[in-house]
Amino acid sequence: MNNIFVYCEVTEEGTIADVSLELLSKGRKLANELNVKLEAVVIGNEIPTIEEQIFPYGVDVIHLAQDNRLFPYSTLPHAAIINHLFRVENPEIALFGATSVGRDLAPRIASAMRCGLTADCTSLEIGDHFENKTQKQYKDLLYQIRPAFGGNIIATIINPETRPQMATVREGVMKKEIISLTHKGIVKHIDIHGIVKDTDFVLEIIERHVEKQKVNIKGAQIIVAGGYGVGTKENFNYLFELAEVLQGEVGATRAAVDGGLIEHERQIGQTGVTVRPKLYIACGISGAVQHRAGMDQSATIISINTDPNAPINKIADYTIIGRIEDIVPKMIKYYKANSK
Amino acid sequence: MSFRIVVMAKQVPDTRNVGKDAMKADGTVNRAALPAIFNPEDLNALEMALRIKDMRKDVEIVIVTMGPPRAAEIIRESLYRGADRGFLITDRKFAGSDTLATSYAISLAVQKLAPYQLVISGRQAIDGDTAQVGPQTAEKLDIPQVTYAEEVMDVTDSYITIKRRLERGIEVVKSPLPSLITVHSSAPDCRPRNTKLLMRFKHSRTITELQEETKDYTELYNHRPYLQIDEWTVADLNANDEYLGLSGSPTKVKKIENVVLQQKESKVLSNNDQEIEALMKSLIDSHVIG
Repeated sequence: MNNIFVYCEVTEEGTIADVSLELLSKGRKLANELNVKLEAVVIGNEIPTIEEQIFPYGVDVIHLAQDNRLFPYSTLPHAAIINHLFRVENPEIALFGATSVGRDLAPRIASAMRCGLTADCTSLEIGDHFENKTQKQYKDLLYQIRPAFGGNIIATIINPETRPQMATVREGVMKKEIISLTHKGIVKHIDIHGIVKDTDFVLEIIERHVEKQKVNIKGAQIIVAGGYGVGTKENFNYLFELAEVLQGEVGATRAAVDGGLIEHERQIGQTGVTVRPKLYIACGISGAVQHRAGMDQSATIISINTDPNAPINKIADYTIIGRIEDIVPKMIKYYKANSK
Repeated sequence: MSFRIVVMAKQVPDTRNVGKDAMKADGTVNRAALPAIFNPEDLNALEMALRIKDMRKDVEIVIVTMGPPRAAEIIRESLYRGADRGFLITDRKFAGSDTLATSYAISLAVQKLAPYQLVISGRQAIDGDTAQVGPQTAEKLDIPQVTYAEEVMDVTDSYITIKRRLERGIEVVKSPLPSLITVHSSAPDCRPRNTKLLMRFKHSRTITELQEETKDYTELYNHRPYLQIDEWTVADLNANDEYLGLSGSPTKVKKIENVVLQQKESKVLSNNDQEIEALMKSLIDSHVIG
C-alpha cells in the first residue's frame, strides 16, 4: 500500500499551521495502522526551521517546494506542484486542513486527479467495505465521517476505487501530538521548474491583511458560549463578563455568528473550531449536531436555556432553566462570593 | 459582443430551519417537511453579477442550475431580480452525483455558453457545506478561481479585481478573465424582486412545466420567446455517462446514521439563588473553576 500525504500550510509567521500539525498527528496514527509511511508536503518561501517544526510529529518524508513566489498561497502554482507530486507518488490518502487555503486547493486537486474528496470530516477511521452490487471486498479504506444535511445525520463516506482518498478536516478536530523531539526523516526537494509554468502565476495579489489569531478559544480551559437564544449583542456582554471572572473565553454558535451577534473568530462547531475545555457553559444554545460536534468532548457542560427540551440539555451535566440575563449575573455574583 | 456572466445556483432544502418533523421515525430525512429555497450564498453571487451589470452596460447574466424540474423556480427568481436568461440542467442520469460528477455536468453547460467572461457561484450550498463544486468546475474549465469573494473592486475587459474574505483577514487580488468566482456570505445581500421584471417573466416556464400547464401558452410564447427557460439533458450536453451520477461519483455513502444524543444524567436546576450558589460552590470545590 502507498503512503499518507498531508499538505502543510505555511502561516504569515513562517510556522506550519496548527491544523496541519494536527493532521500530521492523525496521519501518523493512520500510517501506523496501515503500516505505511507519513509524508508531509510543504510549499512556500524559504523557511529555515521547517524540519524542526515537522519531524517531531513522526513524519518520514518532507516534500519541500521553495520559491519566493509560492508565498502567499495562490491556487494554480500550489495545485500544479501537488498534482505533479501525487501523479508520481500515487498516495493512498491525502489530508488537507479545512481552511481558506485547504478548501480552495483540495477540490481543485480532486478534480484534476478525478478522485473523491470529503469536506470537514469530524472523524477519520480505517475499515473494510463489501460492495453488494459488485460482490467486491475492499480492505483498509479510509472512513471519512462527517455530519451532513444540516447536521441531522452523520454520514460515513468512502472512496473505494479512486486514489488518493482525500479529506479536509477543521482546525482543532484532531489532537496535536509530538512523537519524539529527536525524530528525523528525509527531505526531498521539489524542483518547481518544469512543473509550475509562468502562466500559473496569473493571479496578482494586490493587498493582503492577515491577522494573527487574536482569540484563542481552542486553548481555553473555560468557555462561555452563546447561541442565537442570547438574543442581542448587549446580552453577549453578560457572557463576556462571566468569561472574564472565570478567566475563560467567549465562544458562539454559527447561528449567533450568522445573526451578527458576535464575530466569526469565536465560532465553535463543525464549521468553526473544535474545543475540549474543562467547563463549557452553553447559553441560549439549542444544540444542533454541528455545534455539538465542536464541543461534546468538554469535561463539564452547563446549559442555560429557557427551553427545557433543548437538545443540548441531553448532553449537559447541569441544565438551568431560565433567561441569560437573570442567571448569568447570579453566577458571577456567587462565583465572586465563594472563590478565595 | 456582450460581457457574459454565468451564475451557477442551486435549489436546496432549507436545512437552517429544521423543525422537529424534519426527520422521520426511521431516521431518514423527511424532504417534504423542508422548504426548497435559493441557496443563500448563490443569491450573494447573483447580486455580485447584478452589480457588475450596474457598472457596465454590456453585461448579460445567464443563470445555470442543475436539479429536478422544480428547480426552475430559482431561475424565475433570478429573472425577477435582473438575470437575462436561464438554463436548467435536468436528467435522471444526474441522480446521485457527488461534487465531482456535478462539476463535470456544470462545466459542460458553461462550455456551451462560451465565450463567457466570468462564472460566479456561492461559496457553498447549505445542504452539504462542501464548497467543492466551485473550484472543481474552475479546474474542469481550466480557468483561474477566486474563492470567498466579498466585493468587486474593478472589472475591465481583461481582468477583475476582487476583495476576498479569509479566515483571519482580507486579500485583494487581480485575476485575468475568464475566471471563476465563489462568493462569501459576507458579500452584499441580493436585491429584491423588481416589479417590472416580475410582470415580464411571471409566465416563464421550462418545456416540462409547459406540458403540465392546463392553459395553452403557444401563442404567448410565439410572441415572447424570451419566456422559454431552456432545459439541457445529458444528450444536450454531450456528456459521457461514465462521468455522471453514481458511476461518475468516486465518493460513496457507506452509512447514514441518525444523530442520537447520548444522554447524560443531567441535573436540572431552576433559576433561584440557592441552586445557582450551590452549583458555583461545587464547581469551585471540584477545581473546575477558580
